[in-house]
Amino acid sequence: MKIKELVFDPILKNNPIALQILGVCSALAVTVQLKNVVVMCVAVTLVIALANMSVSIIRNHIPGSIRIIVQMTIIASLVIIAEQFLKAFLFDQWKTMAVYVGLIITNCIVMGRTEAFALKNGPVASFFDGIGNGLGYSFILLFVGFFRELFGSGKVFGYTVFELSKDGGWYEANGLALLPPSAFFLIGLIIWILRTKDPSQVEPQA
Amino acid sequence: MKFLRDFLDSKEHLFHKGGKLEKMYPLYEAIDTFAYTPADVTAGQTHVRDGIDLKRTMITVAMALFPVIIWTLYNTGYQANAVLASTGAEAEGWRASVMAMLNLAHDPANIASNMVYGFLWFFPVFLVTQIAGGTVELIFSVIRKHEINEGFLVTGILYPLILPPTIPLWQVALGIIFGVLVGKEIYGGTGKNIFNPALTARAFLFFAYPAQISGDAVWTAVDGYTGATALGQAAAGGLDAVTYSWSELFFGLVPGSMGETSTLACLLGAVYLIATGIGSWTIMLSVVIGMIVTSMGLNLIGSETNFMFNIPWYYHFVMGGFAFAFVFMATDPVSASMTTKGKWFYGFGIGVMGIVVRCINPAFPEGWMLAILFMNAMGPLIDYFVINSNIKRRMARNG
Repeated sequence: MKIKELVFDPILKNNPIALQILGVCSALAVTVQLKNVVVMCVAVTLVIALANMSVSIIRNHIPGSIRIIVQMTIIASLVIIAEQFLKAFLFDQWKTMAVYVGLIITNCIVMGRTEAFALKNGPVASFFDGIGNGLGYSFILLFVGFFRELFGSGKVFGYTVFELSKDGGWYEANGLALLPPSAFFLIGLIIWILRTKDPSQVEPQA
Repeated sequence: MKFLRDFLDSKEHLFHKGGKLEKMYPLYEAIDTFAYTPADVTAGQTHVRDGIDLKRTMITVAMALFPVIIWTLYNTGYQANAVLASTGAEAEGWRASVMAMLNLAHDPANIASNMVYGFLWFFPVFLVTQIAGGTVELIFSVIRKHEINEGFLVTGILYPLILPPTIPLWQVALGIIFGVLVGKEIYGGTGKNIFNPALTARAFLFFAYPAQISGDAVWTAVDGYTGATALGQAAAGGLDAVTYSWSELFFGLVPGSMGETSTLACLLGAVYLIATGIGSWTIMLSVVIGMIVTSMGLNLIGSETNFMFNIPWYYHFVMGGFAFAFVFMATDPVSASMTTKGKWFYGFGIGVMGIVVRCINPAFPEGWMLAILFMNAMGPLIDYFVINSNIKRRMARNG
């Protein structure tokens, strides 16, 4: 597989959230504000890429029976590094996201990629596969976060776009967009659009 | 009327295949069949048991809603006029101008004044619902190349009836667009929806814009007037705090969502629905049983801090939207369970959940919307278990 395919396929063709339906929890949890979304996306992308690469390097030495534990150890270490980094340099963001950074460890995409890809492929391919899946994840999160912040608080990246009626503007904030379930509707819409454009993503009828 | 028939016939060719307006055929078809009985008859060997079809079902439901709508017009106007008369406030806006033009005083004792003023509040909401929701329907019919069907007729009547009179019209439009789109069309359209579209629309508004659809300020059509509903009063201070008598609540002379106030009007609708066989009496009865059992249970448990625990079931029966919910919302045949045994479970579940949300959760004063949506989601699951248990029973019997 070419690096270009590895990086760009997971964005639309084989999206980890929209097609594989992995990592949905954090897509609901951190998408109220775009600022948090960006931090989360960068953290997740780096964790996937590095975890993929590390697992791939030692893939021939991991006994099959304990491979999950080994992968978890690697992923956990990387998540802790990411969290410490945020605590040190982006403390305010870390405070609002707090537990969700630590929960990257349970993000199914990370484990899914190391298990499905890194164990069978070389380090370079694995690294770019991680980057690609991170981008696919980021694409959905940015989309969801953009609309949730815009409709929920009339802002984009914290800058006011729609003046809220409670501050004297015309826009009535949509309270639903601030609640996590609204992300379900948005992700559902993306999936609908993607599968209409590309019917090969539709599951065969049982 | 011959003129209309001729007009429709003369334009028909435009909408057929190859015609200029071929894409708009669903619109033509909708207008034609709304005004006239379709000329198509079944050909070949058919097995017809009854002439009942979607159109007749939906129109029966619309007829059953007739007493409710009459009461809606009267009571919405009455509540507003009563407040205007007692506070001495002046009515404002275009509605007041229309009233002045018709020489109608804001007098709660004047039935005509109440009806007209209620109409002036209800009709814009109804009209916006029809236009916004109808447009979504039309777009989907054009894309999917099927006819607009009568399903939306009922949704479009039910939805304005469960809104407060003061709801902003743009929210009405947004709600019904969401309801028709997410509640119905994405599942494949009429007959395939999991959730009741009217309730989906209201739930959207309830979570998106809670200030305009809950609280104390929205239930009477007078600007700036705050008046709690009976349920609000009961939640705040128990049965003693309710300023309305049981019979007032039963007849519906209370503020609330426009169509839900009168238990009597809903029961009249229920009688008609059951007599015509359109509404399932099983579901209605089991919702009532679930409600009575749960509220009596809560009565037994009792609570010092939560006043709702001590409300007797016959007050639950007449307060809030219970009557409207169990007669018109729970019985929606598409989103309910299909099997007879399943209907008992489905209805009972609604009764239980509704009281639980209404009494135990302080964030939601009313529970039927959420209870019905929840059981809508459970409906197919209940059917699955009922059918499987039937298969098992028959297998055991026949070896």
